[in-house]
Amino acid sequence: MKHFSENFDGTHHSLKKILTRIRSALMSLGLISLICISSPASAVLTIEVTKGAATSIPIAVVPFGIGDLNITENRPDQVISSNLARSGHFEVLDKRDFLKQPHELSKVKYKNWRLLKAEALVIGTVTDLGDKGYEVKFRLLDVFREKQLAGQKFVVSASELRVVAHQISDIIYQKLIGRRGAFNTRIAYITVRGTQNNAQYLLRVADADGQNPRTILKSSQPIISPSWSPKGDKIAYVSFEDNRSTVYVQNLSSGDRKRVAQYPGINSAPTWSPKGDKLALTLSKDGNPEIYILDLSRTKLRRLTRNTSVDTEPAWSPDGDTIAFTSNRSGTPQIYQVAVSGGPAKRITFKGKYNAGATYSHDGKSMVLVTNQGKGFRVGLYSIENQTVVELTRTKQDESPTFAPNDDMIMYATQTGGRNVLAAVSPNGQVQQVIQLDNHSVREPAWSPFYRSP
Amino acid sequence: MLKLPSSLRMVSSVFLPSGFLPSALLLSVLIVLLVSGCGGGQGRYSPTGVIVQSIEGVAGDDFEGASATGLGDDEIYETVGSDVTGEPLAQQKLYFEYNSSKLSNEYKAIVQAHAEYLVRATDVKVVLEGHADERGTREYNLALAEDRANTIANILKAWGVRVERIRTVSYGEERPAELDHDENAWYYNRRVEIIYQ
Repeated sequence: MKHFSENFDGTHHSLKKILTRIRSALMSLGLISLICISSPASAVLTIEVTKGAATSIPIAVVPFGIGDLNITENRPDQVISSNLARSGHFEVLDKRDFLKQPHELSKVKYKNWRLLKAEALVIGTVTDLGDKGYEVKFRLLDVFREKQLAGQKFVVSASELRVVAHQISDIIYQKLIGRRGAFNTRIAYITVRGTQNNAQYLLRVADADGQNPRTILKSSQPIISPSWSPKGDKIAYVSFEDNRSTVYVQNLSSGDRKRVAQYPGINSAPTWSPKGDKLALTLSKDGNPEIYILDLSRTKLRRLTRNTSVDTEPAWSPDGDTIAFTSNRSGTPQIYQVAVSGGPAKRITFKGKYNAGATYSHDGKSMVLVTNQGKGFRVGLYSIENQTVVELTRTKQDESPTFAPNDDMIMYATQTGGRNVLAAVSPNGQVQQVIQLDNHSVREPAWSPFYRSP
Repeated sequence: MLKLPSSLRMVSSVFLPSGFLPSALLLSVLIVLLVSGCGGGQGRYSPTGVIVQSIEGVAGDDFEGASATGLGDDEIYETVGSDVTGEPLAQQKLYFEYNSSKLSNEYKAIVQAHAEYLVRATDVKVVLEGHADERGTREYNLALAEDRANTIANILKAWGVRVERIRTVSYGEERPAELDHDENAWYYNRRVEIIYQ
């Protein structure tokens, strides 16, 4: 590739090549790589890729033709590159290696892209339409077969530039990976500033790439267990603002909230039914923590478990029929299942002395949970068919795992260097990332459902 | 020579400001970092509410011009209520084993003392705050912490304290007494606090 080095400083270019080769070698050996990848748009989110997928698709995302437009922060190709790299399924090629940067199909010379070992190519433009907004056009091209796989044109306002880039990323992901992309989604999380008596807890909602964080609740007391409604329009959570655990349901767009449970004792662990009309939650008002189902419109409560042990952390199966939950009735916390209609509970985890905090995947075939099998608290994946728990991470203080709505990534909270941070792991354990989001302590991530247009 | 990724650069800048390390050293640095893990802090915090032994005076021979005298027990304890003279009542934090809400025998006398005080001081109410260390899930810890508070509540009730005067509340791992991430901090966070009102 000697003819590409003439465009820039030779030393810097060859260093990057060495680093890339070493990184590929380390990744292919499954070893840890500590190379940081920063989001080009801002310093809000940086991802440290600690492990990459064994196979990833090399893709070239050419900077979009934008003319004189001043949209550098939200240029679609930067958002797309960042999204695809973060998914762990793509090797996003360095744009400094691009000899030419075509914006039109007619200017694409596939041979040059094959020389770069690209398998797919993304080109596009952003045009100012004045009052109407911006026209964003993109094409996804198959480099080997020299044909277009997708192409679309959008008209958006300036504030929608990132959203359309997420939508384009979803299209690219669907075409090349064969599954629905989850880039146009959001995450809720809790961040803590200060400590002890002057602590401030913020419940925030951000885009899945960490951009546009908005605080939806600010409190001097802890907030835990955020849970998205199936339509993504509401969040249930537990607040200690009255110096005791209380469950609230808050409407995201209006900010209005309703206190749905403040019985004596614990009120916590809210989780939505697939239809969004009920919450399963933990209440200890009748003596010790039990699972209840609360019908939100009729404010009717139905008790689901009845025993002297701890029953908590309900998780509703996507088909609406089963609730998984944590119980210590066998002596240590393990996962159980019970029919929503009621009945005896069945234990489903047997390996390890601690299995808790389970949530279902959106396809209902597995659950992600916190497992301790002697090496620390790790993210575990439970296969419903095989009835086995597999540890996905190698850290020690993992909690609160949450599936992306396409089930292709699991985000969770962990500690590194004494700081509480978010991290992500793919269900096969191959892709591992530490997410630096916000400079403060971050915990309790919850991934939104797919965004549905109003 | 390799330029280190920024995470290692921060560490190595202590030794080599330019951030460059010969590649032979890089591997050993990586290994050291991987093996060392998170170093926990040593217990910087002294526990509160623990009975302190009175300090004996030092013999005059050992120190010239100075002698220490022991402090009387009464002078250093917080006292609650005017009729308190015993030590156990001053201990308002009870500690628990990991993942357990069973009260160790060493604390039984202390809880009994609080119960006896409450039975006598009929207009005093008590709040029992349950806490847990940070390991495991927050929700399970919320339940475990409540279990601990209930353990104490049940003992108080067994000693005759009326249930209306006892309130339990669980904070799980959310209000730690110690902020470090080591066994010492975890020990002091697995507690029930007895708070009089």
